Amino acid sequence: MQIVSQVIFLLAVVGGIGLFVRRLSGIRKNILLGKEADYSDNPSERWKNVFLLAFGQKKMFRNPFVAVLHFFVYAGFIIINIEILEIILDGVLGTHRLFAPALGGLYHFLIDAFEILALLVIVSCAIFLARRNIIKLRRFISKDLDGWPRSDANYILITEIILMLLFLTMNATDYSLQAKGYGSYAAQPVGPFIISGKLAPLFSGMQEQSLVIIERSCWWLHILGILAFMNYLPYSKHLHIILAFPNAYYARLKPKGEMNNMPAVQNEVLYAMQPELAPADATPPSHFGAKDVSDLSWRNLLDAYSCTECGRCSAACPATTTGKLLSPRKIMMATRDRLEEVGKNIQKNGSFQEDGKSLLYDYITPEELRACTTCNACVEECPVSISPLEIILELRRSLIMEESNAPQEWNAMFNNIENNYAPWQFSPEDRGNWAKE
Amino acid sequence: MNVPFMSELFARQENPDILFWVGCAGSFDQRAQKITKAFVSILNKVQIKFAILGKEEACTGDPARRAGNEFLFQMMAYQNIQTLNHYGIKKIVTACPHCFNIIKNEYPALGGSYEIIHHSVFLQQLIDEGKIRMKEGGSFKGKKITYHDSCYLGRANNIYEAPRKVLEALDAELVEMKHCRSRGMCCGAGGAQMWKEEEKGSIRINQKRTLEAIETGAGIVAAACPYCNTMLMDGLKSQEKEGEMDVLDIAELVNASME
Repeated sequence: MQIVSQVIFLLAVVGGIGLFVRRLSGIRKNILLGKEADYSDNPSERWKNVFLLAFGQKKMFRNPFVAVLHFFVYAGFIIINIEILEIILDGVLGTHRLFAPALGGLYHFLIDAFEILALLVIVSCAIFLARRNIIKLRRFISKDLDGWPRSDANYILITEIILMLLFLTMNATDYSLQAKGYGSYAAQPVGPFIISGKLAPLFSGMQEQSLVIIERSCWWLHILGILAFMNYLPYSKHLHIILAFPNAYYARLKPKGEMNNMPAVQNEVLYAMQPELAPADATPPSHFGAKDVSDLSWRNLLDAYSCTECGRCSAACPATTTGKLLSPRKIMMATRDRLEEVGKNIQKNGSFQEDGKSLLYDYITPEELRACTTCNACVEECPVSISPLEIILELRRSLIMEESNAPQEWNAMFNNIENNYAPWQFSPEDRGNWAKE
Repeated sequence: MNVPFMSELFARQENPDILFWVGCAGSFDQRAQKITKAFVSILNKVQIKFAILGKEEACTGDPARRAGNEFLFQMMAYQNIQTLNHYGIKKIVTACPHCFNIIKNEYPALGGSYEIIHHSVFLQQLIDEGKIRMKEGGSFKGKKITYHDSCYLGRANNIYEAPRKVLEALDAELVEMKHCRSRGMCCGAGGAQMWKEEEKGSIRINQKRTLEAIETGAGIVAAACPYCNTMLMDGLKSQEKEGEMDVLDIAELVNASME
């Protein structure tokens, strides 16, 4: 019997991790559909960002209350999961609390610490659920999240609460069984632990058999739940717990005001002005800006997968908050949705088969793009270093340069700049007239 | 008002200490011309040897680039960099955050590297160096002033304190709006919005921002960008508050307070 359970356990762990790795490599492939961009400079500054922005969650602390709760969930989840190591080894070896004898007092301290964190995770997640569903913060009831994204957020919070409850219940029943001097539990006396010890009396009236069933069920559900949750992650907004780290490493280090240069256009203009510099084989660029996800850089696509749909960007966006169609969060969600669609298309057909769709128009409309004031509020707010602005500007480039799709007033402004060297219709000769008045 | 042109200095084989990049708004917009003149008046008073390009200056290309017209931007950038390099310009000051941003961050990759300074930082330096001295009991002493952060100074280039330090030198009471510094709310003009009708929504961006300014109870909104200035003034007019509140550039405030 024991060996059967060990084999089932091993299959579950290997299968769970295998599926997870396969999905991650699929996401990596999707991200690499983006155009090349160099973010390898200044590694020391980049590592600093990983520590400050990802580990330290610096941007989250713009709102300290939420930041502290979020930190509990994050620290709780990461640290408690150290305990998985013991669970996995116990499962494979058929042991029970393998580390307890070797660690002695330290073991007790560690589990106590994990239990306190587990309680903090439960409390924090409950507050987060309330913020979304009872208090209904504006950024959480936005139409951006209608449908699956809103459920996704709730599923994540509920799952985290359940996983923590399983952990505490497991410890409580374990202790109850020890108190009753039952079998292998009594042979391995641990506890009472700080939180589950208080829960143990709830179980004292129960039969040993029932307690064993509860303890074992919690143990199995805890580890299977974690494996399942791990595989849910990469299909959900919760992927940020992994991608926040590379996204912080590859954070944009240049000033936010700087737009990406287009060397191809720079050279076109240079060769037009100074034809003697043009190489004989100079070919004009094939297209400009981004119409679909593959025209964006891999950096933009990493952003799309890193977005956790928190909506801080849209809450700060002057367009969103004045009722315009644009929402920077939706820009990121649309980019990810389109990228997933393109990825599936490639997986199915071997290479991308034209599907008559594109990021521009089918996912993001010109009206949204035209509402942006390039104020960088969205970029400033993002806790995980995403730039919705860069995507907006690349799509604008495609609209204007590929299709000459501009509002009349912009065409007039372009004409004025071209002919009068100013966006208004004044003679360039008069530019210094104010000085003579 | 003494405004030397770069071409004249060049003909006399002279170099200015600094080139004043006036920008399109500062050159042509009637309201912004007043800011330009106030800044020139300061430069004259502190006897800084400066020059302007006059008709040789062209749009930096900022609205074209942000609208998506990279070709037009590159053409303007090429032309301006040719002019600036021809005159061997090393140091530039401008009162426009958009010109400042593009010359500072985007011209270097195109062969135009200069030391560029926004007038808010420039004025702060002159105050710190004691070159600008305020009148005793200046006209803004004790008055409530709120400062509106320009996106292209603030978030774009992390300049939050210099304009505030300039205002503090006026002995004014500086009050902050609900959204300020890195959380400052856009006036609605950036990203080439200045040149088109706003997309449809529930309220105009400049009106929403103006309401925040009115809420402070300040008598003056200080701006450091000609476009913010226009947008906020329009916002005040829409609220029929233009009699109670004024939008002034920090250069105008300093010029009016100087000895």
